[in-house]
Amino acid sequence: MKQYACDVLIIGGGPAGLAAAYQARETGAEKVVVLERNSELGGILTQCIHNGFGVSVFGDDLTGPEYAGRWVEQALATDIETFVKTMVLDIQPGPRVIASNEEQGLIEFEAKALVLAMGCRERPRGALAIPGTRPAGVYTAGMAQRMVNMEGYMPGENFVILGSGDIGMIMARRLTLEGAHVSAMLEVLPYVSGLKRNLVQCIKDFDIPLYLSTTVTRVNGRDRVESVTVSQVDERWRPVAGTERDIPCDTLLLSVGLIPENELSMLAGVEIDPIAGGPFVDECMATSVKGVFAAGNVVHVYDLVDEVTRSALRAGQHAAEFALGTTCPFETSIPIQAGDNVHHVVPQHIHPQALAIQDRKVEFRVRTPIEAAARAEILADDEVIVSKRLRYVRPSEMIILSLGSDEAAVVEKASKLTVRIR
Amino acid sequence: MQEEREFICVTCPVGCSIRAIVDGDQVIEIVGNSCKRGEAFVREEMSNPRRMLTTTVSVDDGILPLVPVHSNQALPKHLVQEAAKLLRSIHLQAPIASHQTVMTNILGTGVDIVTSRAVSRS
Amino acid sequence: MENREADVVIVGAGVVGSLIASALSRYDLDIVLIDKESDVAEGTTKANTAIVHGGYDAKPGSLKAKLNVAGNAMFDQVCSDLDVEFDRCGTYVVGSTQQDLITLNELLERGQENNVPGLEIISGEEMRLREPGITPAVTGALLARTGGIVDPFNLCIAAAEHAVLNGTRVLLNTRVTGLIKDKNQVTGVTTNKGELRAKWVIVAAGLWADELMASAGIYGFTIKPRKGEYYVLDRRATRYVHNVLFPCPTLVSKGILVTRTIHGNVMLGPNANSVDDKTDLSTTAEGLEEVMSGALKLVPGINRRDIIRTFSGLRASGSTGDFYIESPCHTQGLVVLAGIESPGLTASPAIAQYVISLLAQAGMELNEKKDYIATRQAIPRFSHLSRDEQDELIRQDPRYGNVICRCETVTEGEIVAACHAPIPAQTYDAVKRRTRIGTGRCQGSFDMPLVIDIMARELNMDPLELTKRGDGSHLLNRKTKEVAE
Repeated sequence: MKQYACDVLIIGGGPAGLAAAYQARETGAEKVVVLERNSELGGILTQCIHNGFGVSVFGDDLTGPEYAGRWVEQALATDIETFVKTMVLDIQPGPRVIASNEEQGLIEFEAKALVLAMGCRERPRGALAIPGTRPAGVYTAGMAQRMVNMEGYMPGENFVILGSGDIGMIMARRLTLEGAHVSAMLEVLPYVSGLKRNLVQCIKDFDIPLYLSTTVTRVNGRDRVESVTVSQVDERWRPVAGTERDIPCDTLLLSVGLIPENELSMLAGVEIDPIAGGPFVDECMATSVKGVFAAGNVVHVYDLVDEVTRSALRAGQHAAEFALGTTCPFETSIPIQAGDNVHHVVPQHIHPQALAIQDRKVEFRVRTPIEAAARAEILADDEVIVSKRLRYVRPSEMIILSLGSDEAAVVEKASKLTVRIR
Repeated sequence: MQEEREFICVTCPVGCSIRAIVDGDQVIEIVGNSCKRGEAFVREEMSNPRRMLTTTVSVDDGILPLVPVHSNQALPKHLVQEAAKLLRSIHLQAPIASHQTVMTNILGTGVDIVTSRAVSRS
Repeated sequence: MENREADVVIVGAGVVGSLIASALSRYDLDIVLIDKESDVAEGTTKANTAIVHGGYDAKPGSLKAKLNVAGNAMFDQVCSDLDVEFDRCGTYVVGSTQQDLITLNELLERGQENNVPGLEIISGEEMRLREPGITPAVTGALLARTGGIVDPFNLCIAAAEHAVLNGTRVLLNTRVTGLIKDKNQVTGVTTNKGELRAKWVIVAAGLWADELMASAGIYGFTIKPRKGEYYVLDRRATRYVHNVLFPCPTLVSKGILVTRTIHGNVMLGPNANSVDDKTDLSTTAEGLEEVMSGALKLVPGINRRDIIRTFSGLRASGSTGDFYIESPCHTQGLVVLAGIESPGLTASPAIAQYVISLLAQAGMELNEKKDYIATRQAIPRFSHLSRDEQDELIRQDPRYGNVICRCETVTEGEIVAACHAPIPAQTYDAVKRRTRIGTGRCQGSFDMPLVIDIMARELNMDPLELTKRGDGSHLLNRKTKEVAE
C-alpha cells in the first residue's frame, strides 16, 4: 500500500472540501490534500445547473457549475493536491485514511488534521416504506437531476414528485423545460418544505399542481410505474380514508429530505448529533475526535451553499491551526441546546474564550413555521443575551445568529446556552 | 383602486416575502424587501415579469453529452419555455470554454445564452 | 434458440431447478434450463426468509421433514463447492409465555423424531444473554444448532452457473407454455419461442407448476400463492439483532421473524396472506404494519428509522401441504416438483439428489462426464478482501480500484465481472443480486447513473434498452434533447 503524509487531509471535493482546502492552505498548512470520489471536482453543484448560488459570498448570482468552478480554480491555483476518482474506505486513529483509486490501488494517508466534507445524500423510497409494487421508475430527485443534466437521459415522461424540497421543485421546472409533464407535486406537510422562491419560479410559473397535506400511499404498475395512489393526510400524517385517488404517471420522483453523509465520520469514531444528523462540533467545527473537523452538509443540511462555504472556511482554518500546533487550547466548553420551536443547533457547544477573539455563528432551524413576526433568542442559562426580530420563521430557512466579545463574559459564567423562538 | 398584493422576490435565494400596496400598475408602498432589488422586482413583476433561464445544450465529442447554459440576464417570463425549446436543437463541438456564447439575442430579446462551465474533448 | 433438441429440459431456474441442473450436469447429458424471466432466481427464490432450517417443524414422515434434514446436512459442502455465503449460526424459537414452553418441547420432540441433530432448549436467561434486545417476556428458547442463514439468490445463480460451466444451456425470457407428449412419453415442451424437443422434462416451475401439471394430465394438485411481506433494515440494526429469532409458532404460521441476514442487514417478516394473482408482489400498509408489530413483540427496540427497503414474496403453497415430487406413472420421462414452499430452500440440495434418484429409477442413463468441473467460483467481492488482497486485485485489474457503490463498497470490476459471468447479468436487478450494488442505505440513488454507464458499455447496449428486470421495466425514457413533438 502506498503511504502518503500530509498536514491537512480533506475528504470530499465539493464546495465544502474545496473551501476548507483553500483556507487551510491560506492559514499556512504546507501540504493540503483533497480526496474526491467523482471524476471531477465540484461535488453536487456540477449537476445543479440552476442559478442562485454565491449571492452572499461573491455578490454574484451564479449557477451551480459556476460557483463550483470558482472554488476549483482557486484551489487549483495553489499547490493543493487533489485526488479524483478516489474513494475513502476507512478512517483509523491517527487520523489515518485508507482510500482506493484505479491508478495507485490502495493509498494510506497519514494526516495531522482531517476535514470531513462528504456532503449529504437523499432519503430513498425504502426509508418511507411506501406500499405497493416495486417497478422501475421510482427515483430520487437528485438521481434524476444527474441523469437529465449530465448523462443526457430522461428517466420518464410523466412525473409525480413526492416532497416539496428544493431539488424536487428545481427538477419540476427542469423536466418541464425539457418537454416532460409533471402531473403533481405532493407534500405531506401543510406547507412547502423548500424555499419560497423556488415555489414561485419552479412550481407556480409552470402551473404545476401542488397538493399539500398529501402523500403517496401506493405505487402501482408491475414492470414500470403506471400510477400512484395518493391520499390526504391528517395532522399526524396518517392517510385519511376515502381521500385516495390515482394519478397516472410513469415516474415517481422523491424529494423527501437530505441526510448528512456520516458513514466515514462514524468509522473515525466521531460522535453524531442524532437530531442534526452530523458530528457534534464546536465553534471551530472541531468534532469529538481530536484533529478531526467537519464542514458543510456533513454537519447539517444547509439551504444556501454560501453558508456551506463559510462553515468550510472555518473548518479549514482551524484544521490548519491544529496541524501547525497554533490552536489556542481552550479548556471548558458549554453546551448550546435547542429550545422552543428549534429543531437543532450548530455548533452544539462553544468555548467562551473563543468569543473574545472573533464573532461566532450559531446556526439553527425551526421546527414549525410562523408566518408572523417572531423573535429568535439565545439565552445564557435564564438570561436573554441575543434577541433578533424576524418577520417570519420557516423550517426551510436556516437562521443564523452571532455571538461575540460583548457576550463572552456572560457566556463564561453560564452552564448552558439555549436557542429559542418566541 | 388600491389593493394589497403579495410577492416573493426571486432575485436572490433570500426570497423576501414582499407586501405591496398597488393601484393599477402603480406601486404605492412596499414592505418586506431586504434590499433595493426587491422593489425593482415588484415593479417589473407587475408590468413585465422576467426570469433567468438555465438549461443545457448538446455537445458533440465532449467528456459530457451536455453543457449547462444560462441567460446572461432575465428573459421575459412568457418566452422562457420557447427559449428552452429553441436551445434543444443546438449542438456545440467540444472543447467548450466557460462563458462561451451559445446564442446571441435569443428570440429577439437582447438576451444572450452563455455556457456555465467548460467541457473538454473526450 | 438454435439447437432445438436436448436430453433434459428443466422448466424453471429458481433455486430448485438450478440445483437440479447443477447436480445433473455431472453426467453426460445435454441439459437446457429454461425460465420465463430475464434472470435466474426471479421467482420465490429472490424473495424469501433466506434461512436454512434445522428441520424440527415439518410433520414427521413427510417429504418436507426428510428432505429438510437431508438438505440441511448438505449445505456446507454445496456452498463451499459453489462459492456461496452461508453461516451455520444456529436459529432460535423464542417462547414468551409458560404455554410456549410446552410448544417448544413439542418442537424439540418433533425435531428428534425427524432426526434433527443439535437441538436444545435454553432458558430465558440464557436467551437474554445471547440476544440482549429480546423481549423481556422471554421464557425460554429452542436452539437449533444446525440452522443457518444463506444468500438464496446467489445459491441459485451459483448452481445455474455451475451447470453452465458443465455444458448446460440456459434460456431466459422463454416461457414454457405446455408439454409435448407422444402417447405416454414426454417428448418436449412448447414455449413462446417455439418447440424444444427433449427425452426428459423436469418441471420446477414454482408458482406455475400446477398449470404445467394440468397440461401433463396430473389433476387435483393446485398451488395457492401465499404472500409474505418483509422489511430490510440498515446494517446498523445488527447492533440490536444478532441472531435468527422465530417467535413460537401458531397453528397457521411460523410467525414473524427477526433475523440477521448473510449480507449483514436485519430482516423482519413474513406475514402470510393467500392471494389469487401469482404475480402480485405488492406490499400493503396493513401487511407491513402487521409485520412491524409482530417483529416488535420479539425485539421491542427495533427502530423504524433503520428501514431501508420493503418487499414481498409469494410462497408456492401446494394443496397437499407436503412437497409433491413425482415421476407420474402414466407419463414417461417426466418429473414434476410442486408445492415447494418452506423449507424448500433448505431442502433444495437434497431435492436435487432425490430427483436424480427418480430419474435413475425411470431409466435415465447417468454416466459421469470425464471433464466434469466440480466447483464454481463467484466473482470477487472487493469488500470481503483484506487490504493487501484488495491492493493486489487493483494491480491486476484497475477497475477494482473504482468504487461505484459507497454504501456496500462495490467496485466497477465487480459490475464488469457480473456482466461477463457464465450467466451474464443483463438487467440492473441481476447486477444488484450478484454484486450488492444499490442494496445499502442509499438504495442506488448515487450509483445508478454509473451502473447504467458501465452496463451499457459492457453489454454493448444503448442505455435506453437497459431494464430493471426485463421487458417493460426500462430505466430511462429518452435522450434529454429528443422530445417527441
